[in-house]
Amino acid sequence: MTSDAAERDAYPDTASPRRDAAGLGLAALRVGPALMVLVVVLAAGALSPVFFTTRNLGNVLSQTAVIAILALAQLLVIVTRGIDLSVGSTLALSAVVGAMMFGSIGSGPLVVLAMLATGTAVGAVNGALLVWGRLPHPFIMTLAMLSIARGLALWLSGGQPISGMPTVVQQLGGGSIGWFPYSAFLVIGLALLTLLLTRAMVWGRWIFAVGGNPDAARRAAIPVNGVVVSVYVLSGLAAGIAAIVNAGRLNGGSPTFGELAELDAIAAVVIGGASFHGGRGHVGNALVGALMIGVIRNAMNLLDVNAFLQPIVIGVVILLAVELDVVRGRLEERLRILQVVRS
Amino acid sequence: MTASNAPALSVRGATKRFGAVVALGGVDIEARRGEVLALLGDNGAGKSTLIKCITGVHRLDSGTVEMDGAPVDAGSPAAARALGIETVYQDLALFDNLDPAANFYAGRELTTPRWLPRGLRLVRRRAMAEATAVVLHRLEVGMADLTTPVGLMSGGQRQAIAVARAAAFATKVVILDEPTAALGVRESRHVLDLILRLRAEGLAIIVVSHAMDHVMEIADRAVVMRRGRTVGELIPRPENKEQIVSLIVGGNG
Repeated sequence: MTSDAAERDAYPDTASPRRDAAGLGLAALRVGPALMVLVVVLAAGALSPVFFTTRNLGNVLSQTAVIAILALAQLLVIVTRGIDLSVGSTLALSAVVGAMMFGSIGSGPLVVLAMLATGTAVGAVNGALLVWGRLPHPFIMTLAMLSIARGLALWLSGGQPISGMPTVVQQLGGGSIGWFPYSAFLVIGLALLTLLLTRAMVWGRWIFAVGGNPDAARRAAIPVNGVVVSVYVLSGLAAGIAAIVNAGRLNGGSPTFGELAELDAIAAVVIGGASFHGGRGHVGNALVGALMIGVIRNAMNLLDVNAFLQPIVIGVVILLAVELDVVRGRLEERLRILQVVRS
Repeated sequence: MTASNAPALSVRGATKRFGAVVALGGVDIEARRGEVLALLGDNGAGKSTLIKCITGVHRLDSGTVEMDGAPVDAGSPAAARALGIETVYQDLALFDNLDPAANFYAGRELTTPRWLPRGLRLVRRRAMAEATAVVLHRLEVGMADLTTPVGLMSGGQRQAIAVARAAAFATKVVILDEPTAALGVRESRHVLDLILRLRAEGLAIIVVSHAMDHVMEIADRAVVMRRGRTVGELIPRPENKEQIVSLIVGGNG
């Protein structure tokens, strides 16, 4: 385009060695979470001869799948300035409903459908009450739902695990091609779908606009309420999908599934550099965050580290990742200012 | 009156009440093509209410809004935009996390294919980026990097982005609410020049401002409001500045 050329002429390249170095540092910080995972993986491999066996890698992936699926949807919610605390409980409710369905009907597709529908329905209630019930903050809505969905799961199941899942579900949760679990394929597929939604589709632009400035989004005629409801519906749906993986792996549904899973998902998204102020976050980084949690847990188990230390390490990793992101933000801003001053 | 010499926008007998408070008590204004109209008045004079009625945020209780001589009904901000009215809000209504192109096209993305529901269509990222660069170039808004989120830009650049966005999509009227209130001297200068370029492009421009010097400089006409009514209309010149101020505060009114 002629205008592009003119732009370039108007602002000739002002790169200097110092800025190149800073730019390189910035690039490194941008992929910070991925580098951290790489370091953790290499360290785990060095410390434990078992870590890099295909059997263990398959294990890591299938254990991470549930967190990863929940994190993908949690990312969408957090981008809109929201939060969904109910996904762990919703997972349990979906699993229990699926297990009861299997007990009474036994049809694989119907069980899958029931689990997905349960999750979606919970998400729809979250979104609808939040928007049209005018609740002051999604924290409150989904905190209440955390309690309600867990209670429903306990009540329906009588507090007992229900064993048995159809073959489809068992395969999705526990099956693999060679050592590579089906659930990891599922995560990759869902990640690509989320990437398509957020990067290529209008709806994806809307969630970032709503998270960035909800008032401006309203004035720009973006259907803000619909967008907000949609992310909670998707989060519920994701909880249903995660329930299939979890219930399939353990061949049954239990009301204690997914306890604190919502916090793992939120941690994964935060490690991935998404902002609670909304409008910022990336699919790849959320997956990296989930992988980080999965790898650290696995490595510590392999190394026989006291189980009580695990939450401490995860907490420190969250702080470290976010601190890195703060440094990245500062540096980025300084570089931009430098650029503006020179032009 | 023919369409060609009718004002781009005219408001007649506009009234608006909020409970017992009369915000607008029968206001008439006209905005003409290629002209800057300054809307003056103290806080609470009804300027903002009038603007919000024109841009579809509020509904008039009575009165009419005509564009090019034909009555229109801007029942929502989207409807006002569709009529060719763009607004630069005082808070700018920018998305700090998004780049200029995304800010320009938020809510009116260029998309494909058309048969899909709007939210599910694919965005034409390149087309939007190119069109944005063209507009910024035309309006002589210098941007070092069009991929920078606007939140990282200076106050003047952000203001320029907001004004350019309005200019890019307005076909008839651009309304600016306190466009220089948050800016320094040099940045104000840029924005005033930008407003004059919009005027040269034949848009009708309404500026709400408290900055008398800026009003003197760019406005072709000034309408003064007080307590929900228009109390005077004149051509702002340095020699009648005192008169305008007294109209605003109601000293010798």
